[in-house]
Amino acid sequence: MTVQTTTAARPAKDPDIDPNPEALLRLYGSMLRIRMVEEEIATRYPVEEQKMRCPIHLSVGQEAIAVGASACLRPDDQVVSNHRCHAHYLAKGGDLKAMLAELYGKAAGCCGGRGGSMHLFDTTAGVLLSLPVVGSSIPIGVGAALAFKQQGRDSVCVIYLGDAALEEGVYHESANFAALQGIPAIFVCENNLYSVYTHLRDRQPPRPLLEMGRAHGMPSCHVDGNDVGAVARAVTEAVDRARGRRGPSFILADTYRWREHCGPFYDNDLGYRSEAEFAAWRERDGLARMRGQLTEAGILDADREAGMVQTIEDEITEAFAFAEAAAFPDANSAGEGVYA
Amino acid sequence: MPEPRTINAAEALREAMDLALERWPDVFLMGEGVADPRGIFGTTVGLADKHGSERVVEMPVSENGLTGVAIGAALMGRRPVLVHQRVDFALLSIEQLFNSAAKSHYVTGGRHRVPLVVRMVIGRGWGQGPQHSQSLEAMFAHVPGLKVVMPSTPREFKGLLLAAIEDDNPVLMLEHRWLHYVTGDVPEGFYSIPLDGPRLAREGQDVTIVASSYMALEALGAAEALAGVGCAAEVFDLRMLRPLALDPILASVQKTGRLITVDTGWRIGGMGAEIVAEITERAFAHLKAPPRRIGLPDHPTPSSRALAAAYYPGSVDIVDVVEQLLALDQGAAENARQACVAARRGVPIDKPDPAFKGPF
Repeated sequence: MTVQTTTAARPAKDPDIDPNPEALLRLYGSMLRIRMVEEEIATRYPVEEQKMRCPIHLSVGQEAIAVGASACLRPDDQVVSNHRCHAHYLAKGGDLKAMLAELYGKAAGCCGGRGGSMHLFDTTAGVLLSLPVVGSSIPIGVGAALAFKQQGRDSVCVIYLGDAALEEGVYHESANFAALQGIPAIFVCENNLYSVYTHLRDRQPPRPLLEMGRAHGMPSCHVDGNDVGAVARAVTEAVDRARGRRGPSFILADTYRWREHCGPFYDNDLGYRSEAEFAAWRERDGLARMRGQLTEAGILDADREAGMVQTIEDEITEAFAFAEAAAFPDANSAGEGVYA
Repeated sequence: MPEPRTINAAEALREAMDLALERWPDVFLMGEGVADPRGIFGTTVGLADKHGSERVVEMPVSENGLTGVAIGAALMGRRPVLVHQRVDFALLSIEQLFNSAAKSHYVTGGRHRVPLVVRMVIGRGWGQGPQHSQSLEAMFAHVPGLKVVMPSTPREFKGLLLAAIEDDNPVLMLEHRWLHYVTGDVPEGFYSIPLDGPRLAREGQDVTIVASSYMALEALGAAEALAGVGCAAEVFDLRMLRPLALDPILASVQKTGRLITVDTGWRIGGMGAEIVAEITERAFAHLKAPPRRIGLPDHPTPSSRALAAAYYPGSVDIVDVVEQLLALDQGAAENARQACVAARRGVPIDKPDPAFKGPF
């Protein structure tokens, strides 16, 4: 089996922009919306009453991967995610009210208050599940795609995993089986360099992460994770491959997490990473980059942006109000639904 | 009503799986060795040829990953049956079983279902050793969201496996390796036995014995020997370890006043401990003697038959405990023990059956 690789990021000065302005604005709007949702969560999370009482792992800075990957997916395609699932969930069309209500522990939450932020799912949107144990959702995504193959469907499953998940044996077991059986799965590895406070260099020997896809015989590709267009192109190619029954793919996308691993704050002051490194990645913000590209192309201007921001703000305000007002689940219901 | 015939439990399991694959298109079988010539001790022989490699999937050696794959397929509407040749191998997949299979229905408020069956074989004899002999039923039964079943007879194996496949929950079936050789009446064609609770295997009024899996046969052997000396034991085949439905056992202990549990796993922290605690709480006033638990001694299973000789309790040990609880006449108890030994017909302690030549 040949393994294709493409080199990393297309330079920002030479964008290969899809001539469809509406599609580009949708991508931009989706990233903007995720950014604004996550920042509003960060703002409200620590305030006095602390109404969101579950661990949160925010996606600020990593939005482009989820949005680019979701661009060509259908509602019947599935995604599986991990503890850092908010962007994956929203980009795939997961319901915002159900997500926030879940963070608030309310009955209207997607899990009825039973899972919290780390277990987001939305059956209608094709967000199959999110699981917090690193690697745990990977084989489940392969299994969902196996079901598609057995059922003769052309649906696919995108499996989101982080750089540290490549250290888990279960990733390799899943990739091996997916490649062996030609499973219609797409492994999207978001490399944000850190597992909590531990840098990649302290967790893996110095060999390319891309080898982790190649080693299992999967077509593998490395993209700038903050270039939504590059991510979209790579995933579209992988999805076509999967739908055409030509097997799984591995996409490595580099990005950076702006805020702390778990929680609403910035924590660079802990010293596990430098301000210089953070600043360099901030310069590479996928959202700002796309704003610049669209502005240059005449597709976006200040008025249009302001209109988008206002619409999203209104949606977010309403969704938070919904979550705050929603009822808690009945305590007596805690023991229900253990078995089907 | 279909005619019963005499077949062994391995063949009964094979029949059940064949019927399931025929009847339900969503069912598929996965396992390391399911499609190989030995076919998991005869339990899957011929199924790959008959139903094809898409329905009978030979698994790479990836217990953790492939359990997750089975769960993912189940979430999308398939009905996988996963097999491990030893319970010990399933330990690699505990994260998926305990974290995902057991919890998906609950955490999604019922939206997700995991209709997964996992068959696991409890090894014994022929020097299996510490990592090919574990039973671990108490550990699996500890987790809400799983169902745990331990069949004892060929008829039960077939009917319970079909019920497990029909069940929309994750069901773990622990099969004792020595039971694969046991023969019994098994109806032809499709039937299922509800996964609902213990089976009354023998009526009696002097003592209640609750045994699971292979130990149900040892308990029945002890009961037969005791009957010969005038002691009537009531024997339950526990069968369902989770959900645990103890009402029939409670009623029995209210009648007999005496309880003995017999596990295939270690005595400490075993299923017997849960049963004794629950029954003592609920039937304290009826107890004529402290309940007793029989299980494996508190160390891993050694390989050498010299070390394993005293490791496994059997019908003789059950007679010993009954003797203590009922203060049986010493001579009567000795006669019962002799009857138990005679029933074994001189087969060495590390073989299930005179015909068995190893290595499994």
